[in-house]
Amino acid sequence: MAMRADNVQGAISRRSFLAASAGTSLIMGLGVVLPGCSREEVATDLADAAASRSFAPTVWFEINSDGGVLINIAKAEMGQHVGTALARVIADELGADWDAVDIKHVDSDPKWGYMVTGGSWSVFTTFKMLSQAGAAGRTILRDAGAALLGADPADCSVEAGSVTANGEGVTFAQIVRRGDISRTFSEEELGALPLKPAAERRLIGKPAQARDVPAKSTGQAVYGIDVELPGMVFAHPLIPPTRYGSAIKSIDDTAARDIPGYQQTLALTDPSETLQGWAVVVADDFPSAMKAAAAVTVEWEPGPTANVNEADIVAEGAKLAADKRSGVLVVDDGDVAAAYRDAATTHSATYTTSTALHFTLEPANALVEFVDGKCHIHSGNQWQSLILPVLAKALGMEETDIVIHQYYLGGGFGRRLFGDPMIPAALAAKELGKPVKLVFQRDDDSRFDCCRSASVQQFDASFDVGGQLTGIEHAAAAGWPTLAMAPGFMPDGVDGNGKYDPFSISGGDHWYTLANHRVRAINNDLAQRTFLPGWLRAVGPGWVGWGVESFMDELANMVDADPIEFRLAMLDGAGKNAGKAPESVGGATRLAAVLEDVRDRSGWGRELPEGEGMGVAVCHGQERTMPTWVACVAHVAVDAESKAVEVRKIWQSIDCGTVVHPDGAMAQAEGATLWGVSLALHEGTEFRNGQVAGRNLNRYTPLRMADVPEIDIRFMESTEFPTGLGEPPIIAVQPAIGNAIYAASGIRARDLPIRL
Amino acid sequence: MIEFELNGESVTSASEPGTPLLWVIRDELKLKGTKFGCGIAMCGACTVHIDGEATRSCITPVSTVAGRGVTTIEGLATDAGKALQQAWVDEQVPQCGYCQSGQIMQAASLLESNANPSDADISTAMNGNLCRCMAYTRIRKAIRAAASGGGA
Repeated sequence: MAMRADNVQGAISRRSFLAASAGTSLIMGLGVVLPGCSREEVATDLADAAASRSFAPTVWFEINSDGGVLINIAKAEMGQHVGTALARVIADELGADWDAVDIKHVDSDPKWGYMVTGGSWSVFTTFKMLSQAGAAGRTILRDAGAALLGADPADCSVEAGSVTANGEGVTFAQIVRRGDISRTFSEEELGALPLKPAAERRLIGKPAQARDVPAKSTGQAVYGIDVELPGMVFAHPLIPPTRYGSAIKSIDDTAARDIPGYQQTLALTDPSETLQGWAVVVADDFPSAMKAAAAVTVEWEPGPTANVNEADIVAEGAKLAADKRSGVLVVDDGDVAAAYRDAATTHSATYTTSTALHFTLEPANALVEFVDGKCHIHSGNQWQSLILPVLAKALGMEETDIVIHQYYLGGGFGRRLFGDPMIPAALAAKELGKPVKLVFQRDDDSRFDCCRSASVQQFDASFDVGGQLTGIEHAAAAGWPTLAMAPGFMPDGVDGNGKYDPFSISGGDHWYTLANHRVRAINNDLAQRTFLPGWLRAVGPGWVGWGVESFMDELANMVDADPIEFRLAMLDGAGKNAGKAPESVGGATRLAAVLEDVRDRSGWGRELPEGEGMGVAVCHGQERTMPTWVACVAHVAVDAESKAVEVRKIWQSIDCGTVVHPDGAMAQAEGATLWGVSLALHEGTEFRNGQVAGRNLNRYTPLRMADVPEIDIRFMESTEFPTGLGEPPIIAVQPAIGNAIYAASGIRARDLPIRL
Repeated sequence: MIEFELNGESVTSASEPGTPLLWVIRDELKLKGTKFGCGIAMCGACTVHIDGEATRSCITPVSTVAGRGVTTIEGLATDAGKALQQAWVDEQVPQCGYCQSGQIMQAASLLESNANPSDADISTAMNGNLCRCMAYTRIRKAIRAAASGGGA
């Protein structure tokens, strides 16, 4: 995959690490050396900033005179306890006392660099940088502590907030109070600092409670929807019948005028064209806004996709997938055409997934206020750097005059990667000249969701006379989120036939050794025109893996092979599947290892009663460049009469390298496993007349408590480089369930959600 | 004006009688721990106690609580409630956390009527509370822990 997770971290080419005493604190952070600006100037800025106690450069952490360590976190907290994980990476290397550490989630100031929380990237993309920052801090404190102790720095150890040598110690607090530290590390020096060997870690990989949990257990945690400002008014969206191309013909608010609290209805013009044919009802309070919104009549000239249904989108996808000239080649190994021509046997299948919603429980909302020429937006968000330029265009302002203030996210799952709900609030606030709080009701949240596109995948496999698999051709068609929202991140295909959305094909480029393998990514243009395709948790692999691993089961069955043995034979780590340092050391052999582990733990192959079966599937997480090795076994029962599916148990074995925050990792894996169950059996909707049909819980039905199966998850012991975790454990669950259904009933499920 | 007790204190709402209690609690009386999720009583994020009984505040007109006692997550002070909140931390239940006020209020109501619920009892009582992060395994575990701990 040409897309690299670290690309999105932005183009900070040269960094230096700076530490300086500031008033009663010691601040440590990142100095970005800008073109035409020497490192010394940056260092001077820091010293000046430190003197005035206003921190111009990026301050990662600061130690106050009481020894308290404040760590700034630029990643969104949406349930993954990312603040705890990242802070522990720094604190471990720093030698800090964890109890003295505080976490702050920061706003969208440009000094934080490129801001995105997604792709299961947070630990993977920052681990090295944060470790080095912690190590630099430790070095500075050690040297300063050594001076105070009159000891050789080489004899000093730094642990739990103290520097000790020869039985004597000095605390971070005492060092900071001396207030005479000023030191800079170049990027080269930073890179040369020794990091702790895994065996010496005190926090990474050790049990810890997450910092955000207590406030979330007492109702004290503050989400975007909870924020208020003096003088604010409430806005309620009036959403057009199509995402694109609708225009307002008339607005009649006669019936709303008698509603107490109703102020007015505003038609919005959005120069960024993100909103097309939008209006908002403005009222004193939200209940009045809801009532008025129901009373206002808007007549729209609907956009061109007002009659599009799910079946049209799927039919278009199927047509494209069947056309071997369509799309862009992502993998083109060997000669699939020749393998197919020479085959003794062939097998083909088509897999689909239905439209799926994010359904974050906190509905879309934003509070916007203009103060002194700056636009302040209060809204939980995952990708500030994506929405800021859109907001700038919508508002006719400079990006640097827009600040997004971060809060806890009441669910992200990729919905809050695109901050488009901020736009109507911002346009209304600009027009009204007062703060506007916009809250979506659930139906509107679903209608305006950037849902996961329906998908169609076509697979064609060939076998030789000996029953040996010789090749697979795979085509996947869907709406492409990256084309719609971040086309600059689309790499070129291997055939020079254009660019493709890496997040709508990842998983097709799997780690099985196949002499002849071709993968084609296809944009479903009808889907693209009808709605805004979004990144839903597990993204491409979340639906690509459904096809890849279900089809693999079909192939194993065709040649009467055990599905695990069939896979293991191809997971040999040969050639391009050998892996490389640091992120994929061991390559496909690590996938084989988790597969063997889950086989052994699940009692694979044992006799089961009639109507029950076990199925297996594997995945490599989100990207080949950040593989998280997962193998899953599902045990299901299928009722002979009703065909009702009961998931009895899910086993997963996961190798994500070093696990930074074990309990947080387990929580993510547990939730993700159940997301897999939910997407396999419970979730899915359809487009009907240009809009999603299942807009609330009466018709969109995620997994509930009563249907939760037993789950048994194991993380492999590893000190390899940490990879992502929030999404990968979703992927293999769905095909494992489908394959288990086949084993139990002989029915091959090829469409998600599964309906037998 | 509608008078009722909120977390043990007498309060007055100037809202229209039909206004959902949720918005009175959140926006008029400024207690933000109770959440808006679906608006049709099917997610449970807005769950409060009315005279001790778990109720979906998003579809409850404020007029219906006149003279009655409403408890929100901020005022949850029963032994079972405290035990649940402790279990929520001990078991590290919340992920995004948005549904958890409602989950805890629902669970507290369950434990008031059934100090030692079976797994089936827990499923029945909690099935109306959606956890979008799907932290269900830990929610169940924490309820069990609070039941045995709090009921001892």
